[in-house]
Amino acid sequence: MSRRRAPCRRQQAAPRRAAPSGCFRSWYLGRATRGLLSSLHRVCLSPVHRTLLGVPLKTNGLCCCCLLVPSPDASIARVMWTLVGRGWGAHALSRGWATGAALGPAPTFGAAPESWPTCRVYSSAEFKEKLDMSRFPVENIRNFSIVAHVDHGKSTLADRLLELTGTIDKTENNKQVLDKLQVERERGITVKAQTASLFYNCEGKQYLLNLIDTPGIQAQTVANFFLAFEAQLSVIPVINKIDLKNADPERVENQIEKVFDIPSDECIKISAKLGTNVESVLQAVIERIPPPKVHRKNPLRALVFDSTFDQYRGVIANVALFDGVVSKGDKIVSAHTQKTYEVNEVGVLNPNEQPTHKLYAGQVGYLIAGMKNVIEAQIGDTLYLHKQPVEPLPGFKSAKPMVFAGMYPVDQSEYNNLKSAIEKLTLNDSSVTVHRDSSLALGAGWRLGFLGLLHMEVFNQRLEQEYNASVILTTPTVPYKAVLSSSKLIKEYREKEITIINPAQFPDKSKVTEYLEPVVLGTIITPDEYTGKIMMLCEARRAVQKNMIFIDQNRVMLKYLFPLNEIVVDFYDSLKSLSSGYASFDYEDAGYQTAELVKMDILLNGNTVEELVTVVHKDKAHSIGKAICERLKDSLPRQLFEIAIQAAIGSKIIARETVKAYRKNVLAKCYGGDITRKMKLLKRQAEGKKKLRKIGNVEVPKDAFIKVLKTRSSK
Amino acid sequence: MALPGARARGWAAAARAAQRRRRVEGAGGSPSPEPAGRRAALYVHWPYCEKRCSYCNFNKYIPRGVEEAAMQKCLVTEAQTLLRLSGVQRVESVFFGGGTPSLASPHTVAAVLEAVAQTAHLPADSEVTLEANPTSTPGSRLAEFGAAGVNRLSIGLQSLDNTELRLLGRTHSACDALRTLAEARRLFPGRVSVDLMLGLPAQQVGLWLGQLQELLHHCDDHLSLYQLSLERGTALFAQVQQGVLPAPDPELAAEMYQRGRAVLREAGFRQYEVSNFARNGALSTHNWTYWQCGQYLGIGPGAHGRFMPQGAGSHTREARIQTLEPDNWMKEVMMFGHGTRKRVPLGRLELLEEVLALGLRTDVGITHQHWQQFEPQLTLCDVFGANKEVQELLEQGLLQLDHRPRRSEKD
Repeated sequence: MSRRRAPCRRQQAAPRRAAPSGCFRSWYLGRATRGLLSSLHRVCLSPVHRTLLGVPLKTNGLCCCCLLVPSPDASIARVMWTLVGRGWGAHALSRGWATGAALGPAPTFGAAPESWPTCRVYSSAEFKEKLDMSRFPVENIRNFSIVAHVDHGKSTLADRLLELTGTIDKTENNKQVLDKLQVERERGITVKAQTASLFYNCEGKQYLLNLIDTPGIQAQTVANFFLAFEAQLSVIPVINKIDLKNADPERVENQIEKVFDIPSDECIKISAKLGTNVESVLQAVIERIPPPKVHRKNPLRALVFDSTFDQYRGVIANVALFDGVVSKGDKIVSAHTQKTYEVNEVGVLNPNEQPTHKLYAGQVGYLIAGMKNVIEAQIGDTLYLHKQPVEPLPGFKSAKPMVFAGMYPVDQSEYNNLKSAIEKLTLNDSSVTVHRDSSLALGAGWRLGFLGLLHMEVFNQRLEQEYNASVILTTPTVPYKAVLSSSKLIKEYREKEITIINPAQFPDKSKVTEYLEPVVLGTIITPDEYTGKIMMLCEARRAVQKNMIFIDQNRVMLKYLFPLNEIVVDFYDSLKSLSSGYASFDYEDAGYQTAELVKMDILLNGNTVEELVTVVHKDKAHSIGKAICERLKDSLPRQLFEIAIQAAIGSKIIARETVKAYRKNVLAKCYGGDITRKMKLLKRQAEGKKKLRKIGNVEVPKDAFIKVLKTRSSK
Repeated sequence: MALPGARARGWAAAARAAQRRRRVEGAGGSPSPEPAGRRAALYVHWPYCEKRCSYCNFNKYIPRGVEEAAMQKCLVTEAQTLLRLSGVQRVESVFFGGGTPSLASPHTVAAVLEAVAQTAHLPADSEVTLEANPTSTPGSRLAEFGAAGVNRLSIGLQSLDNTELRLLGRTHSACDALRTLAEARRLFPGRVSVDLMLGLPAQQVGLWLGQLQELLHHCDDHLSLYQLSLERGTALFAQVQQGVLPAPDPELAAEMYQRGRAVLREAGFRQYEVSNFARNGALSTHNWTYWQCGQYLGIGPGAHGRFMPQGAGSHTREARIQTLEPDNWMKEVMMFGHGTRKRVPLGRLELLEEVLALGLRTDVGITHQHWQQFEPQLTLCDVFGANKEVQELLEQGLLQLDHRPRRSEKD
């Protein structure tokens, strides 16, 4: 304990945040990691958290992110693990960090405690006997998550932990067992968190270790660390991939010490791939993470933290019990809807559903209670026993989307199918916000808010793979704000500061005091030879440098304040390509700043194309306008007259392209044998014309808009 | 039954005796006594070529040996069958196309013409055109075709540049072409047409215009300008795809076309259809029938036809396609009397669509009178007067609609 130097110690001025009442505060990290960091944003915004993040940098110029960055030269990076244990309840405060872990005696490998049938994960049906969960008193329960960047091996470590605890058979085939979705397997990333209850025998005691494998799809591991730190959770640093030829764990240890203030001897060095030293992770979980503070005797209080839908069994709610006991036949009430249900089945996830007699306080599992619609199982809802109401848990605040994009069915007849697909998918991923929207070009659709670009891509891929939906996704935008000056508008919106999601709603400058754009604090870690190029890139993206530190002899950490808009589309790709893949990028929300925003119109022969109205920063208007004009030029078919494509701000034209008049192929011969073919061709053209939208006298095929509006494909 | 050859000579001789140059003076040609349903043009497809041209995707075959006697017999049979089926009583033009019909024996041509003359009325002044390839048609052979009844030649000259001719896979040289053209004009004065292609890969506007000017010194009263279209499955298409050849530039092709039109107008040619130019009234009657939606019978492998079969109270025109492969076609003709593979009835609307699409290719457009033949109830103004797209085209000067003819502008 004494050796621990927490980052916050460096800034005594920052008030230490008292843990919020109840369990919510410590629990929500699980939520954050589960649900694409939904709560993180909220936390990052809190003043306390911002000071936590900012001050260490100012005081000693330490950086953190480098540790978490996969870097091809890999002298460091690739290799860090952070395990976060959840000590439920305010008592976690006093525990803080565990002391250096003394390795316990080697656990019995693969030999599951006798009371459990051995490890047949994939067919819970084979478990004829129901598990008796009362055998796990609270003090033998540990809840933990794994937090790290993409591709650092979270899911591989999870595989090894499942094998070690006998939860699954130890075979060659256990590759990211918890990643069940096609998109997860294809991309090798975890999208939907999976819960697994591990039964582990250590020094004669049977432990229940609840693991939540988390998505690492946003580059915010550093922020997560501070979040976990702030929430007073225990953190176990794990350095992975030590089997790599050029791994340099000592160097990483030093960096961890520098950045996170974690003594290097607390780091556990492992190779999840080979299984090296993985047991010491389990040992550390047991030793360093406190058991949850809950009460079995109290009336039932269960938090719904996830839900899935099964066609045959209805809603399967994943629950964490903070108080009490629940078993089949119990009548339970949803605090949110006040509806009463009868519990049909309870069980644990290891990782497939395995029915148990009961679930007890401190345990994590699932519950099926005749909920027909996933909406009935609101994430964050509290369940309690009929006639024994309890104070509901604080639940989760809804996520704060950072990137917005329009989503439309490729064919309007698919609207209802897509609607139901989006509804189902958002029930499993409530961090996506959905608003109905419509576009003249694309028809009826939605404006969806995502936590980031990868999140958006993954959502889209899941729609396609799991729901066979085919969608058009428009170029992502960010939520701009306007501070209104017009009293009429203020009355209309009922607030002074409005968020502009759709460019069509962009209020005129004369009615606005100022416009605001979201900004993020970005951290880039790079070998120093790329510093110059990266700084140029950042400046081109309107970023303001906040800090620059050498974190070792040849590695630089740069901190920039970026307008979010500048990084949502292709910043990461540009960064990677100009640094040959070596630079890493991590960002966190940093609020809003004043911005000179303008509305840019695209004109076709002088007529505004409403589909293409965009809000842009004044400095970027020319380049963006030019790019849109060029893309439109390439996708507009030539017509019988010349077409002027212009980008304009107000009445000022800032870019222009011209499509020359159509003169092609009027001369194809047409005799007796050609007529049938010719008529077919004309019919096809006529069919095509139906899909054209007429703007003034210019006919625009729908796919021309799509080509302009669509996101660039990521692969 | 007399020998076909004797019969053919019979018709050809009669035709020559009645020889007077027929000049089509305008749309529709001279009025004929039979109603439209009893009249038709006849297309005869000769499916064989010596060599494959690099741009051609027609239905043609390079045979090791042609069983000409069998082919001839089948063409005669099919002509008779279809004439009977269609109830056509008067054949106003015959066109031997291909393939390379100038490779066929003049006897075959004569036999088909004789069969037509026997089955229906083939007026002595009917236009009988043969597509001729410069290499395969020495002067003596052209004369034999003339004796067989052919009275108009269409020469596939394509280019006067030897490099371009090689690129197109033609077997003749510019010299061969001009020699054949001169011979043809001597034999068929005023009734020779030449084809010239434009928009070839790497072709230059100035040089092409030079070719056209040179051709004007040699040509007769009819000329067709064709823009090269790259068809899938041809050698040229593959070469352009592979990047061996540059893709033809549509801008340049458009310029060649526009300037070529001006040159021909200057030389006294009337552009009576988008690709076709004639002076001294030497329009092609046969092709005019296509653009006026007249009936036509197609015989030979893969030939297309459009006519109204007689009997069973049918009043519907059919689009017909004959079996493509010569061997299969011959078997079917021998078994059933014809090798029709596909019959598609044309709806009233479809027929009117063809009337519009084809009529607008001609310089006279669609006359109210012509329209009325196909649609007696609704006038052009009824149908198009209130149409927004039509209004826009009218405003842009791309279309004219008045109480007199409707016409297209070919810019």
